[in-house]
Amino acid sequence: MMTSDLIFPPALIMILAAILLPLVRATFRPALMMGAPALTLLMIWGLDDGVLLSAAFMNFEIQLVEADAVRRLFATIFALMTVVGGLFAFRHARVVEMSAAMAYAAGAVGVSFAGDLITLFLFWEFMALFSTVVVWSGGTDEARRAGIRYGVMHLIGGIILKIGIVGVAVQTGSIEVQALSLDSFATWMILIGVLINAAAPPLSAWLSDAYPEASATGAVFLSAYTTKTAVLTLLLLFPGQTVLVWVGLYMIFYGIIYALMENDMRRILAYSIVNQVGFMVCGIGIGTELALNGVAAHAFAHIIYKALLLMSAGAVLAQTGKRKCTDLGGLYRTMPVTAVCGIIGALAISSFPYTSGFISKSMISQSAAYGEMGFVWFSLVAASAGVFLHAGIKFPWFVFFQKDSGMRPKDPSWNMQAAMIIFAALCVVIGVFPGTLYPFLPYEVDYVPYTAEHLVTQLQLLLFAGLAFFVMLPMMKRTETISLDFDFLWRRVGPAIWSRFIRVLTFVSDRLKGVVSQQGGRLVNTWMHYHGPEGPLARSWPTGSMLLWVTLILVVMLIGARLI
Amino acid sequence: MNEHPAQKAADSRPDESELHWLVRPSTIRRLWWIFGAVLALTVLAQLPVEVHDYFGVDGWFAFYALFGFLSCVAMVVFAKLLGYVLKRPDSYYDDK
Repeated sequence: MMTSDLIFPPALIMILAAILLPLVRATFRPALMMGAPALTLLMIWGLDDGVLLSAAFMNFEIQLVEADAVRRLFATIFALMTVVGGLFAFRHARVVEMSAAMAYAAGAVGVSFAGDLITLFLFWEFMALFSTVVVWSGGTDEARRAGIRYGVMHLIGGIILKIGIVGVAVQTGSIEVQALSLDSFATWMILIGVLINAAAPPLSAWLSDAYPEASATGAVFLSAYTTKTAVLTLLLLFPGQTVLVWVGLYMIFYGIIYALMENDMRRILAYSIVNQVGFMVCGIGIGTELALNGVAAHAFAHIIYKALLLMSAGAVLAQTGKRKCTDLGGLYRTMPVTAVCGIIGALAISSFPYTSGFISKSMISQSAAYGEMGFVWFSLVAASAGVFLHAGIKFPWFVFFQKDSGMRPKDPSWNMQAAMIIFAALCVVIGVFPGTLYPFLPYEVDYVPYTAEHLVTQLQLLLFAGLAFFVMLPMMKRTETISLDFDFLWRRVGPAIWSRFIRVLTFVSDRLKGVVSQQGGRLVNTWMHYHGPEGPLARSWPTGSMLLWVTLILVVMLIGARLI
Repeated sequence: MNEHPAQKAADSRPDESELHWLVRPSTIRRLWWIFGAVLALTVLAQLPVEVHDYFGVDGWFAFYALFGFLSCVAMVVFAKLLGYVLKRPDSYYDDK
């Protein structure tokens, strides 16, 4: 069967742009960088629901493009992110980074519309590949090493996902992207493969390891696509799987606690990505219509405010060259635009009233209340306060206020400011007018975010969390440290075991050599004694005398023959 | 509570007027008063509002204020304690 409503998938536009970016003259690059995703955006909004482009592949029908509300919503925010990210980056990022980011985003759009698991897998690996290049574009030695660790982790995740997909295809004969039940090895493998990209435990360290090593602009792109395509995939494949509630809760608190311990401003934000994705994973686990609406809305809102926060941090990094809270502080004086935009992003991530987070995250915690999941609800409310603590106040406080670092950097270039202002405005517009987002969610929305009750309770929660921050400030004095994570296992324990193994191996081989050269030597000596050149049993004759003897035998034989 | 944000400014203690208005000790004192007033208001605002409870305690007066404050204190203390175990100098992985 060939459905031909479409000639090519929307992702193709951005793939072509990624190929063209390094080839065209520098003056055309900004237009290409922002124009291609804008064109993709138009195409996405022209798509009807249903399978729009399919082809036969081996014995399977692969559905390159399948559209519905939630897929369209995710593709929209991926494309929009690329437009504004391009605006932020185009004067600073190297061509290779822009091209890789474009391809990476194309992969995300491709996953969004993947109707079958094979298409999904192809775009999935496409993203892994080009996101690794984005990490490498950080250009430092540490970026190179972190990029390798990042790439290896995603290749492993990809293999696990692949095993699961093959298993499902063999067992069920269907490669359709649809809700799966966790009743076989194969579906578990798919879940694990997807969760690795969502930065779920125990393999969450790749995110906070790699993202802060990317360039000031690269980290903005990285924050958007990988984890959120994983969220969309979980939403499509595993809605209502209870295990995700617990995975999500773990991620939420992992993110908060590690961010509280962290000193690098962009690593704080990286941990808070894990935290925010945790809310989404938890919501997928709850799985009701309200929860899934909340997840979709939160992913949309999150990409905007998280990119905004990383833009603000990227601007600070670009202008000062500093990334540690211990080196920063007091920048509000000379970087007012960056500071205000950063604060708006921080308020939005904290779900402050009249910002986008307020109208999205509350749907997830509300669905826990409706589902009478007491422990989950109390955890989510405590975590909401914790978000204000670790990202909402900690980030702006230590970067823009805190002490006077003595630095007086200017706000960044106009395009960086423009990108930040656009996203800051979006945070507020979505927050004040939830009607701009709610109609595009997967299910009908009858949730009303702005009630007196919700406003009062949320303000109490957040402002008293703020009070806790300032009361506990002496305990949060920044230290020039990193925090060990599970990556300790492969960055320290693994290499230590390996080098121990090598040492044992060297030792054994040295001993063996000793045995061989000693015992073997004696053997050789004995042998040489009897059979060597001087040995009585093996004295050799010179070749000349041998010839002589051969000649003599020949003569004897000839004479003998003649006589007979 | 005043001293934390203020102490940075107080370290050098030059003439108040030389400081940016936002970090003058007098401004910071005023900000704390305003913050305190806002906190009180958000709690008092619950009086006319009926807060629906799902689990009992969440309907209590000022539950969200107390819960937000205490859970944050708990998280900061927990992070502090965990830090003793997990924190390493940031050059920890560099020596290879």
